[in-house]
Amino acid sequence: MKTTRLIIVAVGGQGNLLSSRVLGEAAVAANIHIGMSEIHGMAQRGGVVESALVFGDAASTIISDGEADVLLGFEPSETLRALKKCHSRSCVVTNMQPLPPFTVSIGKGNYPDLNQVTELIKQKTDRLYALNATELARQAGNMLSVNIVLLGALTATNILPLTKEQMQDAIRKTVKKAFVDINLKAFEFGEQAITDRG
Amino acid sequence: MTHKLLTDHPGKAELMLGNEAIARGAIEAGLCVGATYPGTPSSEISLHLFQISQQTDLYFEYSTNEKVAMEVAAAAAASGVRSMCIMKHVGLNVAADPLMTLAYVGVKAGMVILTADDPLMFSSQNEQDNRYYALLSGLPMLEPSSIDEARAMTRYAFELSEQLKEPVILRTTTRINHSTGPVVLDHISPINKNAHFTKNPFRLVTIPSVSRDLHVQLLQNMKQAANLSELSSWNISSGSGQWGIICNGVSYNYVKDAISDLDIDTKTRVFRVGFSHPLPETKIQAFLKACHKVLIVEEGEPWLETQVKAIAQEAGLTLSIKGKAEHLFSRLFEYDPAMVRSVIATYFDIPDQQTDVPDLSDLPEIPGRPPNLCAGCGHRATFYAVKQVAKTMDVEVIYPTDIGCYTLGVLPPLNMADYLICMGSSVGTSCGFSKVLDKKTVAFIGDSTFFHSGIPGLINAVFNQHQFTLVILDNGTTAMTGHQPHPGVDMTLWNLEGFTQISIEKLVRAIGVPHVSVIRPYQVKKSIEALKEAFEFKGVSVVIAQEPCALINKKRKKRAFQVTDRCKNHRVCINELACPAFYIENDQLNINPAQCIGCAVCAQICPENAIIPVKESSS
Repeated sequence: MKTTRLIIVAVGGQGNLLSSRVLGEAAVAANIHIGMSEIHGMAQRGGVVESALVFGDAASTIISDGEADVLLGFEPSETLRALKKCHSRSCVVTNMQPLPPFTVSIGKGNYPDLNQVTELIKQKTDRLYALNATELARQAGNMLSVNIVLLGALTATNILPLTKEQMQDAIRKTVKKAFVDINLKAFEFGEQAITDRG
Repeated sequence: MTHKLLTDHPGKAELMLGNEAIARGAIEAGLCVGATYPGTPSSEISLHLFQISQQTDLYFEYSTNEKVAMEVAAAAAASGVRSMCIMKHVGLNVAADPLMTLAYVGVKAGMVILTADDPLMFSSQNEQDNRYYALLSGLPMLEPSSIDEARAMTRYAFELSEQLKEPVILRTTTRINHSTGPVVLDHISPINKNAHFTKNPFRLVTIPSVSRDLHVQLLQNMKQAANLSELSSWNISSGSGQWGIICNGVSYNYVKDAISDLDIDTKTRVFRVGFSHPLPETKIQAFLKACHKVLIVEEGEPWLETQVKAIAQEAGLTLSIKGKAEHLFSRLFEYDPAMVRSVIATYFDIPDQQTDVPDLSDLPEIPGRPPNLCAGCGHRATFYAVKQVAKTMDVEVIYPTDIGCYTLGVLPPLNMADYLICMGSSVGTSCGFSKVLDKKTVAFIGDSTFFHSGIPGLINAVFNQHQFTLVILDNGTTAMTGHQPHPGVDMTLWNLEGFTQISIEKLVRAIGVPHVSVIRPYQVKKSIEALKEAFEFKGVSVVIAQEPCALINKKRKKRAFQVTDRCKNHRVCINELACPAFYIENDQLNINPAQCIGCAVCAQICPENAIIPVKESSS
């Protein structure tokens, strides 16, 4: 089967590892070979968390620069930073709500202009789906469901070999019971944000 | 609820983290006794085994350091029950002393030594290649390439250990420990708890006359291990053609993908070593004979390469064997699929796959996101207080530091780290610095690291009458690796019984440190006073800074602080504390109430007293 390589970048605490887990469980249920890797040593101390997910026949669990088919970004400046993982046919899905790094928060660095971020991503890659996942998570009833909103958006692009139903089942299996409903709603919101765009 | 790794459902495929798969393999093998000192990337193995030990007959402990962990496991295996010790690569340096002679003594029941290497040093101080420990000690070594293999090899390692009567080194790298993939479960063997120790001092007490016999025995065991390695199905030869690739661990994955991407499977044969020490020399010889030229793909040092070249020499083969070389592979950092593919293409002189990477030279500068001490971290408060005292000293202060969250104090604006080599080095190096320099030496060490290897250094300092201040940053946990316990932790807070808490203060006093004080770093003024006294003391002084880790302090009631309009923008708080709860909006300082834990340190240092608690009603 064709290999699809997905990179997810997030800031520590945004729930990147749970979203990788959901994608992994969905792949196993769909009988698709999956290899994933993550670097999360400093997640709780505000660092960047990066996951690589390789769907299909490849044996590697990491993705070289220029070889990700899909980039899912939880934070716009991190999406831009991870652009080196993409090739010119890559598809990018990103949250547009900034989480400025501390240096920027205290006025010692400049956060890139958001319009410039989207323009650059469009220029360098094949497709960009940008949404405010943070706002959609709030509307779904839990700020912490940003990760699942983004999974909804990612699923709606149809770029992964996973169906909506497989993803929803994986959410039910992976997320704590008390949060399943909110997360399924968050998933729908993320999906709609893409499909409404046509 | 039964731990998820205890599902006895042979044949079932489950998605697991490499470290979960290793823990599962140990459980399937009927592991009876496990011991560890936590260290990334190995920590989750122990996390799961410790949790499982609350539910089954498995005994699992967090030992004070890796040497002790290995000794605990050695004694269990000498008594006929299966054991395992788990550590990161540098942990094996600490345990190297028992390792080398344990190889002489051997074991009765299976014993597995898990060492997790960290190429590229995602969270380590070096990227040493621990495969050399197998060569150095003579012990057999297994190296998995996939997550499912990690489970199966761990399980097999116990059998191999019993066959050879030697402990087995199971060597992983970060990309095994922290990768996730499908694992097919095998059945769980019952735990054999029937420990029995047969006295046999002339076999088990390593006096010179005994060890001379034991070394002979070790060489015999290595010979038997070499025979098993020749027959082992973990050493896989595949493919056909005259181009040869020999590889190990995760490199095997990159090689497989490269061969498929470059479409050279009919020209290339691959030898993957999984049972890598001793190497299957006869098999490798046969492999070399079938090849025209050979490339060795291994992260780290030329461990395979030098041995394969020696095997070729013995066989009188003169084919080209290359690995680490200019334009080919580096000894540095970790490998990745594209890099391995490119080197394979270069070596066999074929075109590499075309890539269409966009030109990113016009990307704006993206602000960095370095890790930071958490909002309200007690370490930051201690660093601040130390700095205030240092400003009043008439000599420069140098800061040997140690391994833990507080190593992040190296970053500006704190700049509180000047020298670090290994666990416990803050204390030992302070003995040296204070002896040769005309400066004040102030060392930092965490509570867990102090127990691990700080104590001998402190005893040395008292005995030899060195002159420095040791600040023990006591946050009540091993925070950096995921909040594991250590001997200074009150385990009743975790609802765990059967532990005795050791007081760092009593221990330090018992050593005979002539000046000891305990501070609460959130009390800025008092802390500064106590530190000043300690710094001025002629001799060894110890300051214990007690503040539970802000991430896990269950007792603390959060009450956020806010910046009022009394703020005159001096920004002492931001410039000297750099707490991540601060942010600036419209050139005005603010505190994010969601991040602030109410430590009140900034409120105490504000020259305008502009920072006050958020009123309950307005929050």
